[in-house]
Amino acid sequence: MATDIRTRPPGDQEDQVVGRGRRQGSRLFRDWYGALGQADANGEPTAYVFVMGSCAEVLRAFDFHMVFPEINSLQTAVHRVSLDYLNAAEDSGYSPDVCGYVKADVGVHLRDRQHPNGVIPRPSLVIATNMCNTYVKWVEIWERMYHCPVFVLDIPGQRGIGWRANPGEAGFEADRRYVQAQLEELIELASRISGKPFDVDRLVQAMEHVNRMGAAWREVLRLNQNVPAPFNAMGDAITYMGVLSAYRGTELGAQYMEDLRAEMEERVARGLGTVEDERFRLHFVGTACYSHFRRFLELFQNWGAVFVNSEYLAYAGGGLDRGIQFDTSRPLESLAEQLLLTGQRSMSNMFFSQDQLADTVRDWHADGIVYHAVKSCRTVSTGMADSREYLVRTRDIPALSIESDLVDPRLWSEAQVKNRVDAFFEALGARKAAAAAGRR
Amino acid sequence: MAVATAPRADGRLEAILDQCRELAEDPDLPAVARWREQHPDGRVIGHFQVYFPEEIIHAAGMLPITVMGAGSRIDAKQADSHIGSFICSICRTSLELGLSGRLDALSGFFTLPICDVARNLAGIWGRNFPAQVSQILYLPQNATSRHAATYLRDEYQRLVGELEAIGGRPIADAALRQSIGVYNENRRLLRQLYQLKRESPWLVTSSEAYVLTRAGSVMPREEHNQILAEALAALAQRSGRRQDRVRVVFEGGFCEQPPLDMLGLLEEACYVVDDDLLIGMRWLTEDVVAGDDPLGALADAYLEHSTYSCVQHDDRKPKEAMLMARVDEAQAQAVILAAAKMCEPGLDEQVAYQKVCEARGIPHLLLEFEEKMTGLERLRMEVETFVESILFD
Repeated sequence: MATDIRTRPPGDQEDQVVGRGRRQGSRLFRDWYGALGQADANGEPTAYVFVMGSCAEVLRAFDFHMVFPEINSLQTAVHRVSLDYLNAAEDSGYSPDVCGYVKADVGVHLRDRQHPNGVIPRPSLVIATNMCNTYVKWVEIWERMYHCPVFVLDIPGQRGIGWRANPGEAGFEADRRYVQAQLEELIELASRISGKPFDVDRLVQAMEHVNRMGAAWREVLRLNQNVPAPFNAMGDAITYMGVLSAYRGTELGAQYMEDLRAEMEERVARGLGTVEDERFRLHFVGTACYSHFRRFLELFQNWGAVFVNSEYLAYAGGGLDRGIQFDTSRPLESLAEQLLLTGQRSMSNMFFSQDQLADTVRDWHADGIVYHAVKSCRTVSTGMADSREYLVRTRDIPALSIESDLVDPRLWSEAQVKNRVDAFFEALGARKAAAAAGRR
Repeated sequence: MAVATAPRADGRLEAILDQCRELAEDPDLPAVARWREQHPDGRVIGHFQVYFPEEIIHAAGMLPITVMGAGSRIDAKQADSHIGSFICSICRTSLELGLSGRLDALSGFFTLPICDVARNLAGIWGRNFPAQVSQILYLPQNATSRHAATYLRDEYQRLVGELEAIGGRPIADAALRQSIGVYNENRRLLRQLYQLKRESPWLVTSSEAYVLTRAGSVMPREEHNQILAEALAALAQRSGRRQDRVRVVFEGGFCEQPPLDMLGLLEEACYVVDDDLLIGMRWLTEDVVAGDDPLGALADAYLEHSTYSCVQHDDRKPKEAMLMARVDEAQAQAVILAAAKMCEPGLDEQVAYQKVCEARGIPHLLLEFEEKMTGLERLRMEVETFVESILFD
């Protein structure tokens, strides 16, 4: 059986660096939830936002606390209590077929915002992007509950496969002007709600933090091209990505990501992987299964497999997977331009993903792709079966399809998932053996 | 409980209704085939639900059609291997129409950001039908932005460019103005049809109004205008009598369409005096004044002179209030709150609509449907029980 290097004994010299990202990340998360509890007690301005298109740069300039309902929902599953919240929402009228994230969050609000990690403050402002259409339905729920201002930041996505508009071209600039105009309107709204004037220097400061954070994150992901891969893109990387969202636009967040880059460089230098014998390298498409997070990973780790990259890290990481480069000499224009570029790429990773997936398989030396469709999220799941069929047919990329859910434990069927995973690895092993024999 | 009797119709009206029923039901799209015979070089452009500015396709000399699934009339045996089990049926059967060759006549397919299943359809379509232009027309989702109209005009201009590339010829403003006129006429006729439904539901059944409307989604709109005009004149001459029946509004048919049998079942039990079926064809509520800038006029109409749907967020159009206005204007006694199976926006909105009905004390029935559902006996029982509970309350 493969051994997770996280089992290294405490006090080991290497622990000063190895595992630091996970430890620091957990501490930052506790601090963040603690600050939210304080915000509730003190009535401080709080914005509900989403991991895709959080507008953190703007919100930092007005000292808004940021609540991420997706993270709240997934945390209910990690704490093994999501079903309680889902049931509360379904009892209030929500269908079993509605997104589990939405329902877990509704459950939190129906329980006076009492969450396993602490109390969640009321929203002073909510922001949705169109990067997930369910976001827009979700904010309408809070709008009805709290009568709070709602802002939908509309980021027009890539129009089709192969469609491309570059900065400076008419099509791109039309979209950029629209996004920029909306950001100006958001700034007016945020200023009114917070009672603070807009200070462009604070916006620039947040953008500079994001530049640093994005550059480091991009490098962290690239370091996983090494063999063995220094981290599991669906394991500890979920913690890293959480910090990426919650601390975007802060010095703490930038420093965390730079420390993480140093940790990964060290792991690579020492040849440390996440499993003892890295037999299979996989790319992951879809979201995690938080209700059975550890067990889900074990099903793969037991075969000596590691997820070397994940589309999840691309779109749910706020589009920073390839870094971001704000030009702070023209802050608003650059903010609009970069939100548009990263937003379009994030959406394309879901809707038009085939070429990006094939490139990642090549560059991260992956043996295949795991598609994890979740009933809760049609945004990421609708095109999966077709994408899989396309890549198998046109690129001969081995692929596995499994289904469960983000947070709903009722949709987890271990025997079914395990059967498929085991069969996939048997076939993949045979394929690798045949390929190796062919080379000899 | 009242027993339904179909209003008497003369022979010509019956023929029109039969023709429309065939057009609405036939997955082989006979009207498209006929148009292609008449226009061998003509292009056909498909679009998904809900609203699409068909005037722009029409002005390019092309035939716009709505791709909205095929109910139980085809078996989605090929599409099932491309789309997961928890995805709505309309997406699946729309793809099956393509995979089975029934949409080979399309030069392009445009979907819309109504939900993420719909947006994914652009990628799925592009991977499976690379010869067709497959795109998302990004209607604005921040409808209250001061820049939304300008953005939408730019997006329509982009669409013009795409269609000009497909057709190989420019789209003139004069053609746009002429097409807007055709569609204004179409919407006027549909408004008359719905007015008749509201004022004299005994003269036109819900399913008759539905097939009369839906036929327009797969045929040239000028021909549809003729059909509607003739049908409206004949309907006004009908000799049906008012019955003591519950007046209901049906909400939830904005995208995936309930099976015709389900509409028939409802009209046997009550008068469906208004609905949101095929709301995209009636999205613009007033004539569009094309003026000097027809694209700008279309953009303005979409944002400023339009009805509501759960797939559009616009704080100026609170959906519960607009549903209540629909109920009041139709003098309805009850509401059927339907949602297509697996439809995230529809199911989300159902909760909000339910609450407002409860707050207003309006009897309402929650229904979940699927375009391909067949055994309707349980549904019949639910609807009859609902209606009787109102009649005998």
